Amino acid sequence: MSETQAVKEPVPPAKEGQGSQVIREIMGGNALISVLAVVVALVIGGILIAVTDPRVATASGYFFADPGATFSAIWSAVSEAYGALWRGATYDPTARTWQGQLGIFETLTFATPLILAGLAVTLAFRTGLFNIGAQGQIILGATFAGAVGFGMHLPPVIHLLVVILAGAIGGAIWGGIAGFLKARTGAHEVIVTIMLNYIAISLVLYLLKNQLKDPNSTNPISPQMDDNAVLPLLLGPNFRVHAGLIIAVLAVIGVSWLLNRSTLGFEYRAIGANPKAARTAGMLVSRGYITVMLISGALAGLAGVAQIAGTEKSLDSEIAGSIGFDAITVALLGRSKPWGTFFAALLFGAFKAGGTSMAVNADVSIDIVAVVQSLIVLFIAAPPLIRSIFRIKAARREGASA
Amino acid sequence: MKLELKGITKSFGALVANDHIDLVVASGEIHSLLGENGAGKSTLMNVLYGLYEPTAGEILIDDKPVKFSGPADAMAAGIGMVHQHFMLVPVFTVAENVALGGESTGFAGILDLEDTRRKIREISARFGFHVDPDALVEEIPVGVQQRVEIIKALVRNAKILILDEPSAVLTPQETDELMDIMAQLKAGGTSIVFISHKLREVKAVSDTITVIRRGKVVGSADPDASTTELASMMVGRSVSLTLEKADAQPGEETFKVTGLTVMNDAGQRLVDDVTFAVADGEILAVAGVQGNGQTELTEAVLGLHKHVQGSIMLDGKELVGRSVRQVLDAGVGFVPEDRQDDGLVGEFSIAENLVLDLYTKEPYSRFGAMNRAVIAKSAQEKVAEFDVRAQSAQDAADTLSGGNQQKVVLARELARPLKLFIASQPTRGVDVGSIEFLHKRIVAERDAGTPVIIVSTELDEVLELGDRIAVLFAGRLMGIVPGKSSRELLGLMMAGLTAEEAQAQLDAPVGDSTAGDAPAGDSTAGNTEGGAHE
Repeated sequence: MSETQAVKEPVPPAKEGQGSQVIREIMGGNALISVLAVVVALVIGGILIAVTDPRVATASGYFFADPGATFSAIWSAVSEAYGALWRGATYDPTARTWQGQLGIFETLTFATPLILAGLAVTLAFRTGLFNIGAQGQIILGATFAGAVGFGMHLPPVIHLLVVILAGAIGGAIWGGIAGFLKARTGAHEVIVTIMLNYIAISLVLYLLKNQLKDPNSTNPISPQMDDNAVLPLLLGPNFRVHAGLIIAVLAVIGVSWLLNRSTLGFEYRAIGANPKAARTAGMLVSRGYITVMLISGALAGLAGVAQIAGTEKSLDSEIAGSIGFDAITVALLGRSKPWGTFFAALLFGAFKAGGTSMAVNADVSIDIVAVVQSLIVLFIAAPPLIRSIFRIKAARREGASA
Repeated sequence: MKLELKGITKSFGALVANDHIDLVVASGEIHSLLGENGAGKSTLMNVLYGLYEPTAGEILIDDKPVKFSGPADAMAAGIGMVHQHFMLVPVFTVAENVALGGESTGFAGILDLEDTRRKIREISARFGFHVDPDALVEEIPVGVQQRVEIIKALVRNAKILILDEPSAVLTPQETDELMDIMAQLKAGGTSIVFISHKLREVKAVSDTITVIRRGKVVGSADPDASTTELASMMVGRSVSLTLEKADAQPGEETFKVTGLTVMNDAGQRLVDDVTFAVADGEILAVAGVQGNGQTELTEAVLGLHKHVQGSIMLDGKELVGRSVRQVLDAGVGFVPEDRQDDGLVGEFSIAENLVLDLYTKEPYSRFGAMNRAVIAKSAQEKVAEFDVRAQSAQDAADTLSGGNQQKVVLARELARPLKLFIASQPTRGVDVGSIEFLHKRIVAERDAGTPVIIVSTELDEVLELGDRIAVLFAGRLMGIVPGKSSRELLGLMMAGLTAEEAQAQLDAPVGDSTAGDAPAGDSTAGNTEGGAHE
């Protein structure tokens, strides 16, 4: 006991919410830590690429005879893999088709739902809530959007607006439940949102076997979205990038304004940083929890809209993929700042777009991408680790008390 | 046993908490460490107790250098420490607490407390502690809990006892008892390091006084030195300890509390049927030992408590049942007891904290958008007006010292036109220099005709500020007495006597002192009851 006390700073520990204190440290670090976490993760990913490469293995067999051969094998293995990743995510002059050369648009396509869902996590987090439920909120958003998207036929523009609105409402309901339970009963939002994720997936499966099922298919899949209900493609039929990207960028600007410039955001941030002081200053903390979860859920719901009305065009149980969970990483990496989340989502979109190219062109397992992404989470979740690797002094917030 | 610290330096990153501190504690002396909050006293003692490793310097016991890698080493070397916040297990008995960490066991590892019980009785008899080894710690008064801590150290053969702000949790009478105990321990050959910022106590018990300022020893003082002299050494400039304050000109009683009862969720009465009124242009100081319902009283006014009965009238309007927002809008300025927990958002800038309860009002915001230019400008004015020492109003509030944080809270709460001003512990953990300033602002608010309620556990502050003094004990109002009442009277009331009973006891002939022990005993029961809620 005394040992741990000895290394601690002479600051009295927070009386309550020590868990959220830890989360706050994880989310509240600076951008440098984020960048370094990515760099370290890529370096370790590179080591994994090297040790699994057959050429490196062969060359290391005669390491002492010709050490240079091993190093050049390592270099070529790693540089080929990451080179393919980079080209696949941005621009690849070696690709056979000109559409295939412009991987950047695939990156943007993958990033779109991640931006929106990442913002959902970011906004809730700044209010002191850890919204693990983006996954469920995306599913609900996609389900609502889908229901009006293939179940109705409305004039152009209006139909799309109805779809977008429905998606936002679907997500908002799912998020709002968690917010309401937190505010009224104190139920922890982490537990509630995790459970709501399960309920969402079961619910969508049920609906896909019954009300929302495509009568012409034997699989649990919905009919195609109405032509008026889909997000227009931004660059014509050769690329998948769609108008959801515009919604995502507008959402970044909107959330940024909300958090930093509006009275509501001021309230959210105060509640997130010190709910007791917020209450003493007359803010309604429980109302804040409910409204922020409604907005957060709506943002995740819009990610669902981007999926169903932008890329997938029909509803199935895999509509959310792993977006809801990647969104948590994206928000972490973005330091729960709106623009930080935007760039982190771009990076993760690039991993996804480039990963395929890396697997095909450099014959490196796509799992490396998953490993790198996981390592990023690890390093961000352990800021002291990154600090000690790079010998960054921890920013001291409080002076030593006597 | 002689203890010597040589050139002790302890730094945390760039911050140097202790800078080459030299200190000699002679055998059998009471050595006081005097310094403001944040001067580095506790850090130094934590170094001595093995909790921190010094960056540089050495510790010598009887001229032999020693190295402590943890409290166990320090204890083995004969150093005992009584922390400001007791390290006791409430549901254990006294004997179990004392044995903890050094349990002796009998056959098959069965705990044998008989030896510990015997030692406790022995020590208790020798120093007149009156501690029952089989009492549960949660059921004994705070003053006795402190003695248990001292016994814990003595059982482990401590020759040097460190007492860290020991009087912070005690009534004036309990403090006097503690000082007696310290004298007896000294007579028995134990050296004591006494850490305090209360000048009166330091003067009363010390053989030697060492003054620390900003991590450095600035000199030693004679116990006969005047309090003004000591305070000036502590702060580093001359300070006036007495507040220039004209007599109150009380007007109409616009704030009335009638039959107020506050209960916690378990139905315990934290404030019990309290009735009082405060007039315009008057300061009512609420005294009492910590945890006797003062906090709940002020929080109830603000609307933070759910289970409130009775009536709180401000300017003819009922406040009970209103939201915090509505109470603030009714013209109540509120400085909470714990500024870091309730008063400030640490990671927000000073400017943001200055509008924490004004952000929805024009000109700070319009149509839901904050007006950052106006907020920044008004923050600059406030920072200048209240002498907040910061590089800029955009600095985070938690980078400020306690005194400057409190100035920010006060600046915010006094920024609006007020009909009632409530401040809990307005100067706790605040440097002496800032206390002067904060007190002046509070008196200025009174002079402007606002009814003011000050809650403080520091008797000096209560006597300094109060035009009238209300004493709370176990949630009940023991009476309201004039501002210039004696410490003895207030002390007895804080221990659970009504104003009349206390006065009668003071008027009683000398020698009848045994009568005072009984009520002081049951006072403490109520004390822990209130404390359990904290």
